[in-house]
Amino acid sequence: MEIILSLAIGIITASGVWLLFRPRTFQLAIGLSLLSYAINLFILAMGRLKMDAPPVVDKVAEANPAAFADPVPQALVLTAIVISFATTALLLVLLLAARGLTGTDHVDGTEKTP
Amino acid sequence: MSPADHFVIAPILLPLLAAAFMLVLSERRRWLKRLISLATLSALAGVAIALLTMVDAPGGAPLAYRLGNWPAPFAITLVVDRLSALMLLLSASIGLCTLFYALARWDRAGPRFHPLFLLLMMGVNGAFLTGDLFNLFVFFEVMLAASYGLALHGSGVERTKASLHYVAINIATSLLFLIGIALIYAVTGTLNMADLAVRVPVLAGQELVLLESGAAILSIAFFVKAGMWPLGFWLTPTYAAAAAPVAATFAIMSKVGIYAIVRLSALVFGPASGLAAGFANEWLMAGGLATMAFGAIGMLAASRLSGIGGSYILLSSGTLLVATGTGSAPVLAGALLYLVSSTLGVCAMYLLIEPVERAADIDREAAQRQSEPVFEDDEPGLLMEEYEAEEEEDEIGIVIPATIALLGSAFIFCALLMAGLPPLSGFIAKFAIIDGMLSGLPAMGTGGWTAIAAILLSGLATLIAMTRAGINLLWVPVDRPQAHLRVVEAMPIALLLALCLALVIGAGPVTRYMKDTAAALHDPGRYAGAVLDPALQPPERRR
Repeated sequence: MEIILSLAIGIITASGVWLLFRPRTFQLAIGLSLLSYAINLFILAMGRLKMDAPPVVDKVAEANPAAFADPVPQALVLTAIVISFATTALLLVLLLAARGLTGTDHVDGTEKTP
Repeated sequence: MSPADHFVIAPILLPLLAAAFMLVLSERRRWLKRLISLATLSALAGVAIALLTMVDAPGGAPLAYRLGNWPAPFAITLVVDRLSALMLLLSASIGLCTLFYALARWDRAGPRFHPLFLLLMMGVNGAFLTGDLFNLFVFFEVMLAASYGLALHGSGVERTKASLHYVAINIATSLLFLIGIALIYAVTGTLNMADLAVRVPVLAGQELVLLESGAAILSIAFFVKAGMWPLGFWLTPTYAAAAAPVAATFAIMSKVGIYAIVRLSALVFGPASGLAAGFANEWLMAGGLATMAFGAIGMLAASRLSGIGGSYILLSSGTLLVATGTGSAPVLAGALLYLVSSTLGVCAMYLLIEPVERAADIDREAAQRQSEPVFEDDEPGLLMEEYEAEEEEDEIGIVIPATIALLGSAFIFCALLMAGLPPLSGFIAKFAIIDGMLSGLPAMGTGGWTAIAAILLSGLATLIAMTRAGINLLWVPVDRPQAHLRVVEAMPIALLLALCLALVIGAGPVTRYMKDTAAALHDPGRYAGAVLDPALQPPERRR
């Protein structure tokens, strides 16, 4: 479980960083989205991985922290997803505006002439 | 809770509600929007002054506001101490002045200027108020989202290109911010800053390494915001491309990064925090010195005023980082005064750029052609026609014969303030920083001497750059048409410079306040005590 999750985070991050360094604006948008997925998984992992454990503490039973998943990272991930979704949407609008105004999808707004 | 306690959340709620209300108003009810904006920002200034007097009362403790009245480490808390109150007052004064300036013409250059401006204020105030790391991230995002809109305000090719870089860099930075937060949470199990101050001193071994990596990644996010070299390359082009009042407001945004660094380095990595104490101080020092050098060279190389302004923001960030890196309270007190006076100065300078370059007869037609809106909503045709119609009739304006004299003296004032020459507040601030460094010199070693030399040399570079720009643009007699300066443009500049003058006249109480602030920052126990509920301290109590 741990090795699968860490591999997934690593591969997604690597792909995201590689795309971030590409010259096209669309690659930039996808790269940032991939990075935000990887980081959401990372935050979840930072609350310790736990299978079949509810995040809500049972009032009746003895409060044993080991039997429950940490609810805080889940709440953080939810907020982070919403925020990165909104900023990516804004970035997409900006990409289209830049494409329309400069006539190219290069991140610098001009094509490099060889 | 008495009603006065709810003042703490007012700097966040007021702009949020006003901005939300303005969204339902038609874009054509301009005067109503302007009135709401001005009223909101005046109220913010009033609340900031009230909070400042509350926390500065003799024996006044930091005020903590628990959202939803949940017990402390679990609730998101808002905390006002002297530093927060000072920053709130600074952001409100800058907001009010730049908004006034924007009324001259910039708020008509595109749709929804006022709601975006108020949301930016909300984000900045929230970042100053919050006592929770993740909440700090959320307010950073509110601030950044509004700033994306404002950086694009007025549209045009240059702005779109610069904003694309700005947005991409800030989204990537926010992701680093999240990694840092996640690592800190993984080690300490809390995100409440006061709780962190209590828990960090007991960390050791592997946990300490993880905490320091988390804090280092988190600081990269703040360094990007503050513009530390080599992470600040985006700042000058973005600020130069942004509309004048927007760039002036952005001057406070780089100080949000500095605020976060000052707050966390004092609270979590202060002398009382065991093995983690003094973490990254050398990095702050080295990074700050490099940033100062970069900013000074940038100022000398800049050919336009906007370039000088951007480089000066980098330079002042560098100075503040160096001062934070010394970790001494007297230096920090001087640095806080420097923060206030340099922010006011560079804000006034950004507002001066437009009238000065107009006076220097730089092609305005080209500038206007670039400011056509790209967003096709809100009846842009009508809006633009109206904008241009008003533009024409306004352009006649009042011809003030003394325009050049006024602009010139305001420019000299800015130059003295930024270079740190007597008799203005920049001098007092630099004097206090250097005095603090000299008294703590044995502990600082060569780093202290290097920092003092860098501060003096950067002042010289500022003076040279500003003098050259002033000669090129203002003080050479050339046959040029009489320039126009509208009262509504001159007033905010005068107000900002008057505030700096007030800092000099009231230097006694002001330095006393800064010293108290720095002393309180170096005593994290008081902050933690005010935030955390003493009854909850042993967590076993709930069993």
